Amino acid sequence: MSNNEGVVVKVSGPLVVARGLSGARMYEMVRVGNHGLFGEIIEIRGDDYSIQVYEETEGIGPGQPVKRTGEALSVELGPGLIRSIYDGVQRPLDKLNAEYGDFIVRGAESAALDRSVEWVFDPVAKVGDVVQGGDVLGTVQESKLVVHKIMTPPNVSGKVTKIAPVTGNVDTTVAVIETDKGPLNVSMVQRWPVRQPRPVRRKLPPNVPLVTGQRVLDMFFPMAKGGTACVPGPFGSGKTVVQHQLAKWADANIVVYVGCGERGNEMTDVLMEFPELKDPQSGEPLMERTVLIANTSNMPVAAREASVFTGITIAEYFRDMGYSVALMADSTSRWAEAMREMSGRLEEMPGEEGYPAYLGSRIASFYERSGSVICQGSEERPGSLSIIGAVSPPGGDFSEPVVQATLRVVKVFWGLDDKLAFARHFPAINWLTSYSLYLDVVDKWANENLDPKWQERRSRAMAILQREAELEELVRLVGMDALPSEDRLLMQAAKMIREDFLHQNAFDDRDTYTSLPKQFRLLSVILHYYDEARPALAEGAPLSRLLSIEPLEDVSRAKLIPEDDTEAFESLKKRITEAIQALPR
Amino acid sequence: MVTREYSTTKEIIGPLIMVEGVEGITYGELTDIKLADGSTRRGSVLEVNGDRAIVQVFEGTAGLSPRDLTVKFLAKGIELGVSQDMLGRVFDGFGRPIDDGPAIIPEKWLNINGNPMNPYARDYPNEFIQTGISTIDLLNTLVRGQKLPIFSGSGLPHSRMAAQIARQARVLKTGEKFAVVFAAMGITFEESEFFIADFRRTGAIERAVLFMNLADDPAIERIAVPRMALTAAEFLAYEKDMHVLVILTDLTNYCEALREISAARKEVPGRRGYPGYLYTDLSTIYERAGRIKGKSGSITQFPVLTMPEDDKTHPIPDLTGYITEGQIIISRPLHAQGIYPPVDVLPSLSRLKDKGVGAGKTREDHADVMNQLYAAYARGKNAKELAVVLGESALSESDILMVKFADAFEDRFIRQGEDENRTIEESLAIGWDLLAMIPKSELKRVRDAYIEKYYPKKD
Repeated sequence: MSNNEGVVVKVSGPLVVARGLSGARMYEMVRVGNHGLFGEIIEIRGDDYSIQVYEETEGIGPGQPVKRTGEALSVELGPGLIRSIYDGVQRPLDKLNAEYGDFIVRGAESAALDRSVEWVFDPVAKVGDVVQGGDVLGTVQESKLVVHKIMTPPNVSGKVTKIAPVTGNVDTTVAVIETDKGPLNVSMVQRWPVRQPRPVRRKLPPNVPLVTGQRVLDMFFPMAKGGTACVPGPFGSGKTVVQHQLAKWADANIVVYVGCGERGNEMTDVLMEFPELKDPQSGEPLMERTVLIANTSNMPVAAREASVFTGITIAEYFRDMGYSVALMADSTSRWAEAMREMSGRLEEMPGEEGYPAYLGSRIASFYERSGSVICQGSEERPGSLSIIGAVSPPGGDFSEPVVQATLRVVKVFWGLDDKLAFARHFPAINWLTSYSLYLDVVDKWANENLDPKWQERRSRAMAILQREAELEELVRLVGMDALPSEDRLLMQAAKMIREDFLHQNAFDDRDTYTSLPKQFRLLSVILHYYDEARPALAEGAPLSRLLSIEPLEDVSRAKLIPEDDTEAFESLKKRITEAIQALPR
Repeated sequence: MVTREYSTTKEIIGPLIMVEGVEGITYGELTDIKLADGSTRRGSVLEVNGDRAIVQVFEGTAGLSPRDLTVKFLAKGIELGVSQDMLGRVFDGFGRPIDDGPAIIPEKWLNINGNPMNPYARDYPNEFIQTGISTIDLLNTLVRGQKLPIFSGSGLPHSRMAAQIARQARVLKTGEKFAVVFAAMGITFEESEFFIADFRRTGAIERAVLFMNLADDPAIERIAVPRMALTAAEFLAYEKDMHVLVILTDLTNYCEALREISAARKEVPGRRGYPGYLYTDLSTIYERAGRIKGKSGSITQFPVLTMPEDDKTHPIPDLTGYITEGQIIISRPLHAQGIYPPVDVLPSLSRLKDKGVGAGKTREDHADVMNQLYAAYARGKNAKELAVVLGESALSESDILMVKFADAFEDRFIRQGEDENRTIEESLAIGWDLLAMIPKSELKRVRDAYIEKYYPKKD
């Protein structure tokens, strides 16, 4: 027996307990109270159903009704996602603004995909084709950059009996498929429960870099398409700037940016900036490939918990079309805190620092939805979904549970360091503690596709930085002057790598993005100086002159050399060689 | 209508009372609690479970006895009656006038919890606010719609600084209406008198609304105070088109009240006993700063908090730093040297400064001067530290110059009078005067054109 309506018995902040909902399932959506607020069942004990409510619960009390919807928290997937800005449960914030005003009022509702927009459906499949889940039925030009593929829904297979070009809103039927259970009208929109990963044909190990244009990341701690990375750092160390830079410049086809429990003004920044900025590959505004999810810190905490799932489901949907998708979540700590808050209200036995015992598995299940895959469907379409999560550890302490649970599953660690930020070294990524487990894969790729010396140069540069850190300890004790000349030369090379290569100004138009070939040329120039100076020093060239040869000024400005000017780097190398040879021995 | 008055209080725990046998009660409802002696206290519903309601009592539970309490549920949340006439008035933590003036006739009643601003409706903060304090205006520029806290410590002059900002803050465009909303949470009588007297003396009170909860006022009332203040601010900003500066002091006391309630409810504590939802709770205060597209008013926040043991990693400053757009840190060593306002320039930061400076907003050379002063002062401070370890003789000539610069910077740029209201031009002029100590060739962060134009000419 099942009931479609129950009653509230308890309200405690965003948690409501209801009775009389027998038959309701875990994670089913319900409408709570006289206001009909959206909620989701997160625990069932006997006849007590615990519900997390996505809106402020003031005015809800025992005796008020709770209605079942029979459906798990789901998102709408179809043309119209690109350029949208949603809250954590996929309500379009621009529409809410137009309909309800500047503040988000309770019970506000608006369809996730705008029904007033007409799309032109261009069929790919033909009548008589036998299709399975994931097969492309046709396409819609969604934005200048995105061809939206209308796919057969994941659990459907059969024979296409009707398909034709049509123009209409997302609900328009574009094809009829004859399935085992009879004919099925397929429209341009699908619904999918957010907590359930969308199926793929199979997963592959990532083997292509996700180029970000950020020198410290691409060269030393590269990310792979379909990989996972985390960016932890204390406040003020530049997490959000790093996330924004990745959202802007990563060479993904689609970017899903989840602002989870962060500042409202930051989302405004994204909203104002992305339509202005041009994608370096296509020259079109970045907004043309972006979906934004904004659940700021003061918006309801339960919706914050849902926001990363909403984001990743949208990302998976675009991956299924065969795109490379990058998802940025800023910040997963706020997401974990939302879990902690709900867990506390449920009076669950706490794990570390009050976080629920399932924190680790929940974080792992989120990051595991990434991957380089062969998508569902018969055409063996490759696609990828990369996840980059920011973490905001309290007091900048990386030993706290969220950072630790994240590090157990992610393959790339970009550790932000407030000491570097304090010294105005940006991006403040600590090159001694950060790591990437995709280094081998990317080295192999870069050696084959860019330059056979890629790996060798990269590891030498890193060795210089490591050695510098050791020497610095010594310098602190005895002073720079006490170091042998070779070591002082090495310190100089390290300084050049830090200041002229690693340091990158996100707010300078010329410096904000560097292509891989240019990164390689820039690093090569610095290593070239070191390679020339070392033998010269051994032959007796004076150290002080070596440290101050005139072309070094130009090396410090080399990062601003235009992308296509390869000649400039070669002539700079030549001038370095000449300047060193001209020194007396 | 079912009866909504109950004399069935069963438990009193800390600031909470538990009422049994209730019906039709909703979460967040405001209550009147009548005592045997006829006095009343106010409370709000924190939890309802079947026929039991947990009510937090704002005035505290001292002197209450379960048997002689009558709890009346008012079927609405906590509301504040707002009106333009609130300007120039002083209220207690619950929005009742305490300045012997007439009662406010409200234009409307607003729920003090407000609603979250739609991120899509926000306009980006990028207009300069001049506070008259060089270290803020020039180096950590405040813009309209920003939230910039002061991280201070006990015994430091943050109150004087907050009062000075409240007095001097203005936007550079003429004809804009400006107001200050001031919320005191658990500050002492002396501090409160200082603020009120200062506002009266300078006439600033005419454009100010004050909410006062003193150290001996009920601690739980502090939960409501910042929300009262921000509700008044939102009304003035978005319905009366005013630029509102909200000063909240001291957030540490607020967080402590929150912890007290959390402990009484036996919630699982987060760090240092503060509740796990401290971040969310603080954000519902701080995020009420901002600008809205198409509205001319704005809310700018200046929260003040004292860091326990001057520890920046304590949960209160830490979580605040994650929400606010920068921080102004007060330095104990500078204060000990007798420098007012003792702003610790190097770790202080305004995240939105870049959007509020430059030609048309302040002056074209602002960003360059800011970077150069910052870099030079950082070098000077480093050199000073080096001198402590290795001795003065180890310093190079340029290091000695930088040490001199750092001293002069502290003495002439950071130090200013409590009534000294410097315009941005005056601050820039002092900055250039100081930069003149350094050879032109060393001013690498300032564009040549600006050096040409602004570098002080020697006689």
